[in-house]
Amino acid sequence: MLTKTTDEDSARAQRFRDATLPHLDSVYTLARYMLRDPTDADDAVQECYLRALRHFDTLRGADVKPWLFAILRNVCRVEFGRRSRVVLYDVNAEPDNSESAIPLWQETQDTPETEMLRRLDAETIRGLVASLPDSFREVVVLREIEDLSYREIADVVGAPVGTVMSRLARGRALLREGWLKIMHDGERGAKQQEQIAGEAEESLR
Amino acid sequence: MTCQEANILLHALVDNELDAGHAREVEAHAASCPRCTGLSRDYREMREAMSAPAMSYKAPESLRRRLEAALPAAPSPVTRLSGSNRRSLLKGFGMGSVVSAALAACLVLFVVHTEEDQRIVGDVVSAHLRSLQGDHLIDVKSTDQHTVKPWFNGRLDVAPPVIDLTPQGFTLIGGRLDYIDGRPVAAIVYKRRAHVINLFVSQPGGATGGETIEKLQGFNVWRWAWADLSYRAVSDINAEELQEFGEKLATAVRAGGS
Repeated sequence: MLTKTTDEDSARAQRFRDATLPHLDSVYTLARYMLRDPTDADDAVQECYLRALRHFDTLRGADVKPWLFAILRNVCRVEFGRRSRVVLYDVNAEPDNSESAIPLWQETQDTPETEMLRRLDAETIRGLVASLPDSFREVVVLREIEDLSYREIADVVGAPVGTVMSRLARGRALLREGWLKIMHDGERGAKQQEQIAGEAEESLR
Repeated sequence: MTCQEANILLHALVDNELDAGHAREVEAHAASCPRCTGLSRDYREMREAMSAPAMSYKAPESLRRRLEAALPAAPSPVTRLSGSNRRSLLKGFGMGSVVSAALAACLVLFVVHTEEDQRIVGDVVSAHLRSLQGDHLIDVKSTDQHTVKPWFNGRLDVAPPVIDLTPQGFTLIGGRLDYIDGRPVAAIVYKRRAHVINLFVSQPGGATGGETIEKLQGFNVWRWAWADLSYRAVSDINAEELQEFGEKLATAVRAGGS
């Protein structure tokens, strides 16, 4: 029996579903952290899957998840950059030293090291992650929540591994500062985080 | 190593991304530096906290439905392998390579058969894929039918005809013992250009009758039964060529070759 074209099309569609749909929650998670808006995340994920389907034939033996992440990241930056409430920018286009030029992103010398970090609840941590600048937030999410290797993160964000490492180091340092701050000031939920974000802006001036 | 140097490498240590040499250096520094010890402890704690399931989001059902509607239609459920069959196929591949796992994930039956037929055809493709991994293809390597045929003696209840079809364009390259439907079968291996054809010969297990050819996503399976034996050939060559192989083989078997 010879295969009909419709059979091949539907077989391809099935192959695509089998390969990509198991990663839907992961893709959606990345979209939520990148766009910080549930509705935008829905739209971005749908656009990501439609694009992925168009380019499915180019995926040969590569890992599906990082491939989907790279497409999603592109969608987020290109399609949602302007209309999102969040200002996204092409982090790769910036000169590398811009990251170290901003005082906030440097580790302060007086952070206490002897004190143990206390476990915060997931919602508070999510708020902290959301307050990170884009270029740090995405590598922190890809590493800590999506559990990608440095190499995979580098492929997703289209930057050298060294750049990924320095962004991750700064992202984590920043996260830790926020973490300690919340510990010291007591947990006051979202308001607290807004205050931190406000203070962070102040210190940028 | 200074704290400055350890600053970034500390993260690579926490992430298990350092080779043994660098890991030792960073650990040695951290051991003598309370600041770096404290930092790596904090980063591990943060990593631990963020790996919690609550840190991930779950795609809403509405999004899932939207995607289902936006993606092109998949084959109707009735023609797909049942869940348990697909799982047993997956097991059969030993998950050796990403490629075969991906193939396994997308096996789709277009021809509706009885449960048993489905299972056997699935087994045939599974055995074929397994044979292509590593050194599973051939136990007795020979292009000489008079070497391959005696090799099966004592290994099987049946004496499969082993026919060299080299003059007809299908080169005999060897044989091996394999299992289909839980029973030992003779696998006779041919090559057509770069393509491998596995011919499984066994005593009939319900599949008797004339020649048929069908497709199990990506692979063609040809079936035929003759004189108490059933023949199943599987390959990624196109249906016409596999049909040709089947006809040549059937002709030779009927003529009492081997």
